[in-house]
Amino acid sequence: MSAASAQLDDDAGHPSKPLTVKHVLAHIAIIALGLVMLYPVLWMVTSAFKPSQLIFSEPGLWPRQITLENWAQGWMALGIPFSQFFLNSTLIAGLSVIGNLCSCSIAAYAFARLEFHLKPLLFALMLGTIMLPFQVIMVPQYILFQGLGWTNTPLPLVVPKFLAVDSFFVFLLVQFIRGLPRELDDAATVDGCGPLGVFWRIIFPLLRPALAVTAVFTFIWTWNDFLGPLIYLTATENYTVSIALNAFLDSTGTSNWGAMFAMSVLSLVPLFLVFLFAQKQLVQGISTTGLK
Amino acid sequence: MLASLYLSFTNYNLLGQTRWVGLSNYAQILTDDPRFYAAAGVTLKYVMAGVPLQLIFALSIALILNQGLTGLTFYRSLYYLPSLLGSSVAIALLWRQIFGSTGLVNQVLGLFGFTNLPAWIATPEYALDTIILLHVWTFGSPMIIFLAGLRQIPRDLYEAASVDGAGRWTQFWQITLPMLSPVIFFNLVLQMIHSFQSFTQSFVVSGGTGGPVDSTLMYTLYMYHQAFTNFRMGYASAMAWILMLAIGVLTAIAFGTSKYWVHYAGDK
Repeated sequence: MSAASAQLDDDAGHPSKPLTVKHVLAHIAIIALGLVMLYPVLWMVTSAFKPSQLIFSEPGLWPRQITLENWAQGWMALGIPFSQFFLNSTLIAGLSVIGNLCSCSIAAYAFARLEFHLKPLLFALMLGTIMLPFQVIMVPQYILFQGLGWTNTPLPLVVPKFLAVDSFFVFLLVQFIRGLPRELDDAATVDGCGPLGVFWRIIFPLLRPALAVTAVFTFIWTWNDFLGPLIYLTATENYTVSIALNAFLDSTGTSNWGAMFAMSVLSLVPLFLVFLFAQKQLVQGISTTGLK
Repeated sequence: MLASLYLSFTNYNLLGQTRWVGLSNYAQILTDDPRFYAAAGVTLKYVMAGVPLQLIFALSIALILNQGLTGLTFYRSLYYLPSLLGSSVAIALLWRQIFGSTGLVNQVLGLFGFTNLPAWIATPEYALDTIILLHVWTFGSPMIIFLAGLRQIPRDLYEAASVDGAGRWTQFWQITLPMLSPVIFFNLVLQMIHSFQSFTQSFVVSGGTGGPVDSTLMYTLYMYHQAFTNFRMGYASAMAWILMLAIGVLTAIAFGTSKYWVHYAGDK
C-alpha cells in the first residue's frame, strides 16, 4: 500500500489533469476498495429483506426471496414499538443540539469578548476538561443524578448540554468568535446594545458556520451514544435506539438476525440523512478541528 | 472531577456509608486484581495496534485521493461513511455477525476453498483483532485531516525536488512526510486519546462480557462493570484516575518526542 501511494503521490494537490492510464487505475482501485469497505453495510441492508434462515446460507448481496416480515417483527420485538425508541432518541438528540447551540455559544462569547474575574483560570480549566475522558466523571455524575432522582429519565443526558459541558465546542466557538472583527461589536455598543444584545444581534448570526458544525456533531454523537443511555435508562420504554438494539440481541438471542438487521438499518437512517445534508459542514468540521 | 478523585479513596457503593479507605482501592487494583491487568493489556494492544494501522491506512488513502482525481468529494464522502457509522451499535452488531462462525467473512473465505475456519469473535486469539479491524475501518476522519494537510504542502517543493532529480519515493520521504508531520502528530494524539476510551464496540461485540476469556475486556468495559454491576463506585473511580494518568503519560511522551520528528514550517 505505501509503495503504491508514494508512487502516486507526486501529483499532490494538482488540479485535475488529462485522464491518464494511471488515473483510470487509481479510480478503479478507489472504487474497488470502497466497495469492499461498504460491502458489510450493503449486505446488512439487503439481509434485512431476506428471510432469517436464508441470511447465512446465501452470502450473495441480492436476496432471492424478498420479505418484509423482518421489519414487522423487529418493530415489535421488545414489546414496545420501535417508534418509541426513535422518539426517545430524537428527543434526546434534538434537545442536546439545542442545548449545545445555546449554552456553548454564550459561554464562548463570554470567553472571547467579555472581561470577568478569574477568566484565564476558568478558560484553562475548560481546556483541561477537553482532555478529560468521560469515564472519569462518569461515577460522580451518576451519583449526583441519582441523588436528584433523575435516573431512568432523559434528564441526565440532556440537562448537562444546557450547561455548556461539551468544552470542545466552546473552544471551537471561542476560536471562531476571535476571528470576527471587533469593530462590529463596538458599532453595536455605540448604537446602544448591551453585551447580550451584541451577542444576539451580531455574534450569533455570524457564528452560523461554526454552529452548524456544532449541531451536526452533537446530533451524531448523541444518536450514537451508548454508554450514557446504558447507565441512566433502565426501563424499556425509556430506551434510546442504540440501547434498544442491544437489548434486542439479548432478548432474542442470535435467532432473529433478519429482524435485528432491519432495525439496525432503520437506526442508521437518521445518520445517513445528516450525512447527506451536512456533508460540507462535516468535512469542514473535521479538517479544521479534528472532531470525530 | 474532584468528586471522582475523592471517591477513589472511598468504598462508596451507592447504598451504605461512605468510608474513607485511603489508597486501598489503588493498592487492590495494582496488586490484587488480575482482571485489571487483563483489561489494561487488552486496551494497550488495541491502542498500539489499532491507532498506527488506522493512521497508515488513512494516510495511504489520502495520498491516493490527493492526486487531482475528479470526483474527490464523492470519494471523500464514501470513505468517511464508515467513521460516521462505526461508533453505532448497529455496526457493532453487524460486526458480531460477520465474524461469527457462519458469518459473512467465513462464507466469503469458504468460496475460496478455506474450510475449518474459526468463529473469529468467539476465539480468544482473534476476538480482539476483529475489534481492532472495526477501529481501522473507521479511518475516515483522520483521512480527511490528512487530506487537508496534504493541500497545505507547497507545490514548488516537489517541483524543486524533481529538478534536483529526486524520485517519487525520495520525494515522499523527504517532503511529504516531514511537511505532514504536524498533522500526523495531531492525528496520533487525537486517535490515541479516543481509542483509550473505546467502549461501545467491545461491549456490543462481546455481549457485554468482554469475553471470550476476557480477550476483549476493554479497560472502560471493566470499569463499567465495577461501577454498575458490582456497584463499587470508589473502585471504579480509582480505575478512572489510573486511566487518566495513563493517557496523560502517553500524551506527554508523544509531546516530548515530537520535537525529534515533528517539523513545523518556520523553524529550521
